[in-house]
Amino acid sequence: MAKTKQEKTSLSTNNKASFDFSGGWNYSPSPESISHVKLKERYGLYIDGKFVAPESGKYFRTSNPATEKALAEVAHANEADVDKAVKAARKAYENVWSKLSAKERGKYIYRIARLMQERSRELAVVETMDAGKTIRESRDVDVPLACSHFFYYAGWADKLEYAFPNRKVSSLGVAGQIIPWNFPLLMAAWKIAPALATGNTVVLKPAETTPLTAMLLAEIIHESGLPAGVVNIVTGFGDTGAAIVNHEDVNKIAFTGSTNVGKIIQKAIAGTSKKLTLELGGKSANIIFEDAPIDQAVEGIVNGIFFNQGHVCCAGSRLFVQESVANEVIRKLKDRLDTLYVGDPLDKNTDIGAINSREQYETIQKYIEIGKKEGAEMYESSCSLPKNGLFIRPTLFTNVAQSGRIAQEEIFGPVLTIQTFRTIDEVIQKANNSPYGLAAGVWTDKGSRIFNLTTKLRAGVVWANTYNKFDPVSPFGGYKESGFGREGGLHGLGAYLKMER
Amino acid sequence: MERLEILKTYKIFIGGQFPRTESGRYYTPLDKKGQPLANMCLSSRKDFRNAVVAARKAFGSWSERAAFNRGQILYRIAEMLEGRKAQFVEELVKQGSTKAKAKQEVELSTDRCVYYAGWCDKYQQIFSSVNPVASSHFNFSALEPMGVVGIIAPQTNGLIGLVSTILPAIAGGNTCVVLASENSPLCAITFAEVLATSDLPGGVVNILTGTEKELVDQFHSHMDVNAVVYSGGNAEHAKVIETGADCNVKRIFIYEQDFFKETAESPYYLTDLQELKTTWHPIEQIGGATGSY
Amino acid sequence: MNRNKTVKNIPDFKLSPPVDKVGVEERVARFQTRSIKNEAKIQGLKMVLNMIDLTTLEGKDTPGKVHQLCYKAQHLHDHYPELPTVAAVCVYPTMVAEAKKALGDSGIKVASVSTAFPSGQSTREIKLSDTRFAVENGADEIDMVISRGKFLAGEYDFVFDEIAAIKEVCGKARLKVILETGELASLDQVRRASDIAMYAGADFIKTSTGKIQPAATMQVTYTMLCAIRDFYRKTGVKVGMKPAGGISSSKLALHNLVMVRETLGNEWLNNEWFRFGASSLANDVLMQLVKQQTGHYQSTDYFSID
Repeated sequence: MAKTKQEKTSLSTNNKASFDFSGGWNYSPSPESISHVKLKERYGLYIDGKFVAPESGKYFRTSNPATEKALAEVAHANEADVDKAVKAARKAYENVWSKLSAKERGKYIYRIARLMQERSRELAVVETMDAGKTIRESRDVDVPLACSHFFYYAGWADKLEYAFPNRKVSSLGVAGQIIPWNFPLLMAAWKIAPALATGNTVVLKPAETTPLTAMLLAEIIHESGLPAGVVNIVTGFGDTGAAIVNHEDVNKIAFTGSTNVGKIIQKAIAGTSKKLTLELGGKSANIIFEDAPIDQAVEGIVNGIFFNQGHVCCAGSRLFVQESVANEVIRKLKDRLDTLYVGDPLDKNTDIGAINSREQYETIQKYIEIGKKEGAEMYESSCSLPKNGLFIRPTLFTNVAQSGRIAQEEIFGPVLTIQTFRTIDEVIQKANNSPYGLAAGVWTDKGSRIFNLTTKLRAGVVWANTYNKFDPVSPFGGYKESGFGREGGLHGLGAYLKMER
Repeated sequence: MERLEILKTYKIFIGGQFPRTESGRYYTPLDKKGQPLANMCLSSRKDFRNAVVAARKAFGSWSERAAFNRGQILYRIAEMLEGRKAQFVEELVKQGSTKAKAKQEVELSTDRCVYYAGWCDKYQQIFSSVNPVASSHFNFSALEPMGVVGIIAPQTNGLIGLVSTILPAIAGGNTCVVLASENSPLCAITFAEVLATSDLPGGVVNILTGTEKELVDQFHSHMDVNAVVYSGGNAEHAKVIETGADCNVKRIFIYEQDFFKETAESPYYLTDLQELKTTWHPIEQIGGATGSY
Repeated sequence: MNRNKTVKNIPDFKLSPPVDKVGVEERVARFQTRSIKNEAKIQGLKMVLNMIDLTTLEGKDTPGKVHQLCYKAQHLHDHYPELPTVAAVCVYPTMVAEAKKALGDSGIKVASVSTAFPSGQSTREIKLSDTRFAVENGADEIDMVISRGKFLAGEYDFVFDEIAAIKEVCGKARLKVILETGELASLDQVRRASDIAMYAGADFIKTSTGKIQPAATMQVTYTMLCAIRDFYRKTGVKVGMKPAGGISSSKLALHNLVMVRETLGNEWLNNEWFRFGASSLANDVLMQLVKQQTGHYQSTDYFSID
């Protein structure tokens, strides 16, 4: 009886056994239709319930990173434009929004959520075109989450007194909000929904490379009948953001973006009474123990670092694998990489889309070069890349040193560094050995170990046996240089409320 | 024959020890009548640094103590404070308080210790949450201490200000480095003696004396300080701290409070110094009519 | 007999790797977002047809029924040019001879269930003779069931030895081992049973008898594909996969192919290494193919039942 088996094992080729993921049966292109999307040639600013030309008279182009072709022109707001927007927001706050009953306020937000759902496919397609992210993600992740964020916070509007026991809560006034280019619509939702629910009015600035869905959101808000000036959207560059941060009549600044800019903002508003939340960078550890469900852990690694081309502040960019399973995990990871499609973001089968901008493309390439110079071993997937546009293959670095720059600095691209570890203490120390503290992942089948790690990892979000999950009810935010304040959930309300006894 | 009184030497409190300032310097605050109170250590940057090292070292085990145990220790602080009531009253009077006001301050401080002792194992239940996410995951958010907190205590109310700023920090598992009131520092050091005899592990609270002007920059610029509580009442210093906080994205809290008031005690002082951590874990749905795998 | 001590490289099945079900569900959902269109769809659908084990496993099976099924196996839809045949016809041991005769030299294999199918509740002796009978009657493939009772009682060595014993009497016939995953309660158990079957000599592992629900869900099939992948990596030996039961739509079949492609690669995308155990899938695939050809949605009236 045993003979059959011994014959088999004597054939053992072990690691030579390989899988063929290229050629053979390939999926035909399956592009999402863009026929129902009608972009304007030029977008103005949305101030005081009107789409207006900028005082600056200046416009800039936003382009599709998959083709590097221009999509539309967008206004470049200057200080005067921002001042107009803040004044409109203040007027709307004083005259309308703060006088409205909480229930009515909530109903407006519900209405926005519904209208977003109705236009969800259009939003997803425009998001993909403007940001380079895959249609699969914008359709299945970004847009539905953005809608549900509005739904969630809409319901809070008339229940705020239950959120903070023994406190009298009130709105702050005008909130200035600056959002990044990695999740343009979702970040707008994360900012606007809680601000409105808590009774504030808003001046929002989308990122310069991804302003289009914010302008569609402006149309939706306009259509919802939200009183003029309650939400104002000003497009522009860093100077536009600075004008919001430094405006005297803004009561609250919410910023999501790089740690460098976050620090500038923290300094800029020192000594003012502006309330601040910062959602900054990260270099999050994803830790795989030998008893982990390895196949699911590999998925978690892939989802952790290659989701949204790695343009994710909480990306699991530092992988720690227990040495006893390191070979197996890395081998499986490489296999999995070879099944990922990089290419046209509008194709429904694309797994990894375009890098958001040429600037970011160059940053990532720079880090890949640094990794090579630091002596780490590089592996990139075998997939073909489109001839044009900004694309980078999913990339792994093994034999990475904790002291290497690629293991310490945020790359914000599809580049994973892999280190091995032997003991729990060692990996906790290494994981926490970073100025950042946004997120972490832990993969093990042992419950008591999970709780040990989740307690000791200094990070605002810990995913155990999963990674990169988001939900409007789940508070999100960092420790240390990853920022402060939380967005999402009950705790996300606190950032927009004044609390008194 | 009258007995010669033994004068107390006021030293600073670092890592559970009472060293002199490493700088060897001292200053002599005066009472209202212009009489010297005592020779106090004029703490230096290095003392501050040593205190941060001690606080960081103590953080791990203090933050992981059972909440119940932290509560026991805070309650013990109250007991020891009560036992030294007379000494504190005497020092407060020396520092310019009336006897009645001093008695009130000591009693209120003791009661405030009891108040925060009680919070140790309760705030988590009130401010944590289980979050009903749409996917098949169990998701909860719980509070965790920020780490090392720098505290600049109020200039006035030498005891109640100190207690009101230190206790919420340590009740929540933080460790701290405290700069005592410059002009009324006596009971800060006596309070350190209370702490040293209250089962509080060394390094959880470190107390320095000296001038705010000299040390304020240390508070915001030290890269291993996670948060600063400023209640020194100097708007200029407050702004200095806020401006410098960007070096490591420090959390800054400016408290302008009359610490005698009831509003000066609340769990929100405690939660200010907490981070919120959200944890996700999959839920496996097995069996049942809807189960299919 | 404890195989773990006597046979080299046989792992302790208690230590089969854990499987996180939610993670598996997420992975499966990813396969289902693949959009299979145009050429890929036509090519995929033809592959599906060629991978089908056309099955009849009923108490009321007769030579007449088997004969009709065998004709259908060779002539799926003669109006459509150059269609492949199915891979095999799957019947009870008593019908093997009839099927063998009906299929002649068509190249279509005859698979026979055995080992007291579907419950497997019988003695080793009966199971062996059941198998021997099918092989002697010309079965090219044996679809055995494992003893789920013993498995759930933790008697992994018993299950292992039984599979190894059946494998021995199979001779040249390829052995498919049915785990009956609907009775195994968890994906961890599916993984463990897969490991036992492969190490004991299975040429194929198969999800279900078709008699128990749930049957071949994508979650189960994915878990088994991962087990095959690991086994191949460790031993260099390829094992085939056969989801059976519950796959009746073209879409689901295509998603299964996506899953195979992205888990084991192209080498498994043929009927030597992948099969569908199904009775009604073929017609749905045919309707889809004709729709692709003509652009019109189809009616069942135009496709023969057997």
